[in-house]
Amino acid sequence: MNYRLLYFASLRDAAGCAGETVASNAQDARALYAELAARHGFAFAPERLRVAVNGAFTNWDRRLDDDDEVVFLPPVSGG
Amino acid sequence: MFKVTDKPIDAVRLQQELEGRGVGAVVCFEGRVRDHNDGRAVDGLSYQAYAELAEAEGTRIIEEARDKFAVEHIVCVHRIGDLALGDVAVWTGVSAGHRGAAFDACRYVIDEVKARVPIWKREHYVEGASEWLHP
Repeated sequence: MNYRLLYFASLRDAAGCAGETVASNAQDARALYAELAARHGFAFAPERLRVAVNGAFTNWDRRLDDDDEVVFLPPVSGG
Repeated sequence: MFKVTDKPIDAVRLQQELEGRGVGAVVCFEGRVRDHNDGRAVDGLSYQAYAELAEAEGTRIIEEARDKFAVEHIVCVHRIGDLALGDVAVWTGVSAGHRGAAFDACRYVIDEVKARVPIWKREHYVEGASEWLHP
């Protein structure tokens, strides 16, 4: 399946891009993050991140569908 | 209303959105870029946002505040991009019949925005380095 990833803050720096489309066999957000963390050297453990799919917060066990927009959100620091 | 903007925040214009005949109190909070953090000298900040989700989550926070406190209007705007010392990074304004609700709602909104809304700041240090803050 193809997933559309967006990256922000230090994850964007680590990935070297603001977003990418990834072909993957990962079925859920947890498996997809493990794959991308290995590829890009993401330092965050999943417990430190939140997950959003198609513009809404969701959980790590969320089943992914083809063409989903998936975002792994590092701890926020607005304000 | 919660918005993310890459333009300078115009507090005077935003205050006009707080007006109403039942308004007896207006409380505004400005978060500004200061010249230090955690003992390091800072000379600017850069903000990124996941704008779509930031506006959805910010709107949710404002709805929560409206449920909790007897307020008339709530406006919160967060700026993104590169900011200089003294620039307003986030502006929150609340109007209400009475000051208690206005103070409480303003505090609630800014605290929740800082904790929950997907916006990130990168500090630029006077000595040259810079880093994203991920508390």
